[in-house]
Amino acid sequence: MGVTLPILILALPFFMFLLLGIGGVKMSRKVAGILGILGMGTTMTLAYIVAFTYFFSGDPAFILDGVRQQFQVFDVTWLAFTEKLVVKIGFLLDPICAMMLVVITTISFMVHLYSWGYMEGERGFQRYYAFLSLFTFSMLGLVVATNIFQMYIFWELVGVSSFLLIGFFYRLPSAVSASKKAFIVTRFADLGFLLGILTLTYFTDTFNFVDMTSNPMNVLAETGGATFMGASVLTWAMVLIFTGGMGKSAMLPLHIWLPDAMEGPTPVSALIHAATMVVAGVYLVARMFPVYCVVDASMTFVTVVGAITAFYAAVVACTQIDIKRVLAFSTISQIAFMMVSLGVASTGGVGDGHHYTGLGYMAGMFHLFTHAMFKALLFLGAGALIHAVHSNDYTKMGGLRKYMPITHWTFLIGCLAIAGIPPFSGFFSKDEMLAAMFNNNWIWGAWMTMVAGLTAFYMFRLYYLIFWWEENPDYAHHKPHDAPWQMSVPLIFLAAVSCVAGFIPFGELVTWNGAPYHIHLEAPVACTSIIVALAAIALATKMYMKKNDLPTKFKNALPGLWTAAHRRFYWDEIYLFITHKIIFGCISKPIAWFDRHVIDATMDGFAKVTQKVSFAIRGMQSGNVQAYVLWYFFGALALAFITWICLL
Amino acid sequence: MDLNILWYLVPSVVMFAAGVYGFVTRKNMIAMLVSLELILNSADLNFVIFNRFLFPDSMEGMVFSLFAIAIAAAETAVAIAIIINIYRAIGSTDIVETNKMKH
Amino acid sequence: MVGNIILYFVVALAIVIFSIMAVTTKKILRAATYLLFVLIGVAIFYFQLGYEFLGAIQVAVYAGGIMVLFVFAILLTHKPNANAAPLGSHRKIAGILASVIGGGLLLWALFTMPMLETSEGVRSLSDAIAGGPDISMKMIGRAFTGTEKYQYLLPFEAVSVLLLACIIGGVTVARKR
Repeated sequence: MGVTLPILILALPFFMFLLLGIGGVKMSRKVAGILGILGMGTTMTLAYIVAFTYFFSGDPAFILDGVRQQFQVFDVTWLAFTEKLVVKIGFLLDPICAMMLVVITTISFMVHLYSWGYMEGERGFQRYYAFLSLFTFSMLGLVVATNIFQMYIFWELVGVSSFLLIGFFYRLPSAVSASKKAFIVTRFADLGFLLGILTLTYFTDTFNFVDMTSNPMNVLAETGGATFMGASVLTWAMVLIFTGGMGKSAMLPLHIWLPDAMEGPTPVSALIHAATMVVAGVYLVARMFPVYCVVDASMTFVTVVGAITAFYAAVVACTQIDIKRVLAFSTISQIAFMMVSLGVASTGGVGDGHHYTGLGYMAGMFHLFTHAMFKALLFLGAGALIHAVHSNDYTKMGGLRKYMPITHWTFLIGCLAIAGIPPFSGFFSKDEMLAAMFNNNWIWGAWMTMVAGLTAFYMFRLYYLIFWWEENPDYAHHKPHDAPWQMSVPLIFLAAVSCVAGFIPFGELVTWNGAPYHIHLEAPVACTSIIVALAAIALATKMYMKKNDLPTKFKNALPGLWTAAHRRFYWDEIYLFITHKIIFGCISKPIAWFDRHVIDATMDGFAKVTQKVSFAIRGMQSGNVQAYVLWYFFGALALAFITWICLL
Repeated sequence: MDLNILWYLVPSVVMFAAGVYGFVTRKNMIAMLVSLELILNSADLNFVIFNRFLFPDSMEGMVFSLFAIAIAAAETAVAIAIIINIYRAIGSTDIVETNKMKH
Repeated sequence: MVGNIILYFVVALAIVIFSIMAVTTKKILRAATYLLFVLIGVAIFYFQLGYEFLGAIQVAVYAGGIMVLFVFAILLTHKPNANAAPLGSHRKIAGILASVIGGGLLLWALFTMPMLETSEGVRSLSDAIAGGPDISMKMIGRAFTGTEKYQYLLPFEAVSVLLLACIIGGVTVARKR
């Protein structure tokens, strides 16, 4: 494969960003929208060509003896600091990268198309498309990174794009504070990421992924068994790198930015905060997977964090009122699912059978793919609802199935997919993940099955509250209706993908080492998960299909738990307490005092003295001839006096 | 008792001091010019006095004074032309008023 | 001899008094008049010192030319109520300080100068006049038209150019537009 296509995949979105960002002001909305959509469509086509070439061409560079290879299309030196510290920019093609190319460009194209309808009439329409292009460019750059430093650079770029897009409605104070919150929280996480990179590469002397992952035992050997605070240095490095992933993927306790990020435009939430950017953490762990496997402690860490987060987010999602926040917490929960799945995987045995230990990896990636599709579908559906009702709040909705049939059916497909009902895509990927977890330890399996049940419950709670329950009397004044075709087409397309994606032979395409794995359903696991999901759906149906007082009874039966869950278990309050009371109060205030009264005061003193002296002597420059003569004369007298002293 | 160099220099010093005082304190520009003439004259007088008492053989001091008188005449003519012009522009010969040109 | 001394005292007193009055009087026309007296006194000194040509020039150029200019300028810029406006300013103390310190320093320097220890320093006027040649018009004319040592053709011509420039400049500046 030549380098033209891969370079174009990166260059085209960047060019569109420059074109729309600089020239957008001069364009009409229509031109900007069409340009953006065409550019993204072209990128998508190119990405499909690259991905399909990689998967299906049978080129020995890509697949050798049935094992898929990692292929560096190009890898050019960008910054050479020293002989060893060389930063390169390149394009790595391997199964997960090719899969991500497809996911990112597909969702991005759908969002571009959808936004044309959704964002119609908003201020800064052209700017919006420019930012979307910037994000797509950054995300593509992230997934094709050949080395961890390139990944870090693009990692920050997606953070910036996310910041810009969350704060897109910059006239709303809530959007501004949400964008700041997202940026600051992920920034702290990225600090950990950077420290991890530095720690790891200090020992490995290379940034390159292929070098690190092809022989992970070497990495362990190179650290020379150094330990820090009871854990090996490699463990620390991998945990620190994972911290960056925790920030981007909104794992506990760094999840607080994602629900607030829903202040951004809904298509952005679909693209960035559901389908692509937030899975960057998962992608990072998958990218470094062999190295993670070397140190069990870091894998356990990933698993535990993921398991706790998945359960926490699922519980919180059951009590939220804002439909986008329900979806946000659902996203957190599902990403945590992928994390657990990766965490329980290992690089052991190859081949079919129950003991394929890399199953978790494959299943996690599979779920990443299907989740991207159905979660984007759900978000775009939510966007259509918000577009119709002009509120994020499900209490303003209800009974919408009659008014918005397309949205209703596509949303239902999304809910079924995420709940894990066959034959929709979510069932297959979730089933593989649960199988992998039971394979590792039945505790993880049982725990995550419970989370899956919760998922089904809260998704159908949402579904019923929006589409059934009781009609909002306001509909009489303002009749909701289905969205225009630009918005409906992505919904239908993604719904179609969600219906069939489960039948993709994913194990043949994406596995940790490239060797194909033949997916087969494990009946006990599958039956359990279907039964749990159906039971949860039945419960939701009982509680929320028709207006009744069951939900209120539940709420009153467990008031403390409900309030705690509704307030998201007070994480935001804890952060506020730590930042405001402890950091601001005890550390920042004394520093601010010192700054104001010692450092500033010194500088102010200089300024004041200078000013006073200037005022005192400015009369000398008055332009008054007589004053000049006087000064001159006294100066001459002083010179005469000095001369006399010297002659004496 | 005979007249020597000091006798002549003392009135010259008084002229000079009076000129300095006038130049610094006067507000009217013509009055300032008057003071200037005093200072110039005291300088001329000094040239001549030193010439006469210390170097009676030569006459360079006198020649210098002649040049100074010629140049002083020229300078006064130009200065008065400028003063009249200022008077036309701002209606005053007050040195303080010339600040107006700054504004 | 005695007449010379009496003349000196009269003229010196006149110079001192009129120069002080010229800078302290309230009326500008009077200041110009007192200046005229001072200039004439200086001219008399020139005569007394044996520089008759210089004295004549002093009278002709200063008393005749410059004073006329002054008087014209004063009359042109004179306002009917100009007397009301003070000629002085708040700088009186500074001016007195400057003139007293400056004059005092100069007088002190005069009376302590080492030249007074030498015979030239205490030479009397009559000795000085007797010690030098009689300055004739011929000598002065030679001095201004030659190019030898102690001859000043070039400065002379330069002054004539300067005067021309002054005539043009004065006309240009003062001309009504």
